[in-house]
Amino acid sequence: MGRMIEVKNLTRTYGDHTAVDDVTFSCKPGRVTGFLGPNGAGKTTTMRIMVGLSSASSGEVTIGGYDYHDIPNPGHHVGVLLDAGAQHSGRTGREILTIGARTMRLPASRVDEMLEMVSLTETESRRKLRNYSLGMKQRLGIAHALLGDPEVLILDEPANGLDPAGIRWMRDLLRGYAGRGGTVLLSSHLLNEVELVADEMVLIGRGRIVAQGDKLSLASLDTTESTLVTALDSEALVRGIEASGWSLAPEGDGFRVAAAPADVSRAAIEHRIVLTDLRSGAAGLEDMFLELTSTAQREGAAAPESLASISSAKGSHR
Amino acid sequence: MSTPTTPATAAPQTTFDVSGTPHLGFGTLVSVELRKTVDTRAGRWLVAAILALTAAAMVLFFAISDDADRVFESFIGFAATPQGFLLPVLGILLVTSEWSQRTAIVTFALAPSRTQVIGAKVVAALLLAFVAFAGAVGVAALATVAGGTDDGFGDVTVLTFVLFLGLQLLTILQGVAYGLLLLNTPAAIVAFFVLPVASSILFGTVPALEDLGPWLDLQTAQQPLFDGNFSVDGEQLAHLGVASLIWIVLPFVAGWTRVMRAEIK
Repeated sequence: MGRMIEVKNLTRTYGDHTAVDDVTFSCKPGRVTGFLGPNGAGKTTTMRIMVGLSSASSGEVTIGGYDYHDIPNPGHHVGVLLDAGAQHSGRTGREILTIGARTMRLPASRVDEMLEMVSLTETESRRKLRNYSLGMKQRLGIAHALLGDPEVLILDEPANGLDPAGIRWMRDLLRGYAGRGGTVLLSSHLLNEVELVADEMVLIGRGRIVAQGDKLSLASLDTTESTLVTALDSEALVRGIEASGWSLAPEGDGFRVAAAPADVSRAAIEHRIVLTDLRSGAAGLEDMFLELTSTAQREGAAAPESLASISSAKGSHR
Repeated sequence: MSTPTTPATAAPQTTFDVSGTPHLGFGTLVSVELRKTVDTRAGRWLVAAILALTAAAMVLFFAISDDADRVFESFIGFAATPQGFLLPVLGILLVTSEWSQRTAIVTFALAPSRTQVIGAKVVAALLLAFVAFAGAVGVAALATVAGGTDDGFGDVTVLTFVLFLGLQLLTILQGVAYGLLLLNTPAAIVAFFVLPVASSILFGTVPALEDLGPWLDLQTAQQPLFDGNFSVDGEQLAHLGVASLIWIVLPFVAGWTRVMRAEIK
């Protein structure tokens, strides 16, 4: 499948500090790619380099086959929102969009279309930015990014400051945009924000990519089998599971079994145990996200063994 | 117009079709920069203050001057003083507000060529200075007709206009230069007002430096123009050139270089 955004071996150093360390990933049309990592992991620096606001120490980025600097009137092709607060606080929302539209040489009617799309009312659009809530600023920022009807969206923490309804709105908007063939890269430090909207994920910690792939392949990285189980008769459950050869330990109301849910279910049937709850106890994306990124934070440049195994798992998947 | 509306069945395009994209025009960028100077309350007040003080200075001059002094050149020389204070602030804000308000992120994402953007700001600044010049000339002419001596326009030459316009352009460029160099509004304004005063004090009080003053101190070099004495000779022009090189051109080049390399945050 074709790639709209290509980031290749991107490195950015500040003195001794490597903010972005050999980062490689790509984004495909029709897909939402989540760029996930804790604060200070290098997401914003990477995005700034992508749109030419910072220079790379080495490596390259192409968007739609172009170096960002070589795209004529880039607002028509790449919608960028790096910081919704980075607008003059004394300008009205409408004026901010008007300046963008004029720079891109778009008709003034486009401003009204965008205001309507992000549900900012006429009155709100004539308020100064300093009187906007964070959520309104994010909506305005999205409107600004979409002004030129671009094929690619690059959004840094777009859901930051949105209430649950706002997050739902953003999710529907981005899903619809990708559904029409658009390419979306959005960053976040919150997994659950990204998990709901992203098709693909790129996990970054300490400037390094620690894992990437679609949600299924990321979840399958966790190979340790584990099941959470609760039964009417706990003693019978312990006896039955141990008789089937699995080890278990109390957890919450029930037990954690070092086996797949199917194995536990089979053991329960065999020993005629009535279960009240049975589910996979495998680490979710969140645990994995925390583990991956915290390892990267602790270990710094040295690639720990667990990461090496993930890299190879990732490699075999692709 | 770009279209993220490719049908799901077709293979998605992964290269931009830029054939239909309207190019970023330099003229467009200049007009956007001009708009940005007056679309905030601070900007509007600054422009209004420049206009009001220009008029006020002439009224003041009219009130305190003798009849014989009320000639066009004196009026316009008096207008130069408030403009000389405020135009540079306009020039400074044109650059530094992008950093203090962090709009640089948006500006340079839409127009990645920093040469074009800063060039547009410089042209916008020069246009604003030209408007201030035209306004001052208009008000000074009105004042001369209304309350000047009988031969109020007697000594006016083309050089008068050229030098006065040159002064306004240089002054606003100096503001832009300090803005580019410091990228910080208070720092640039303080530098703009404090450094020349410090320099004047230095060159005015240290006897050994007195002869160098007209060459190295911008205020001393510009003094003939502010006095309304526009019949400068070659040596005075040379003073003005050298002092402007040190105080305006060098900071401008250094500031330009800084912005071309700066990381926009």
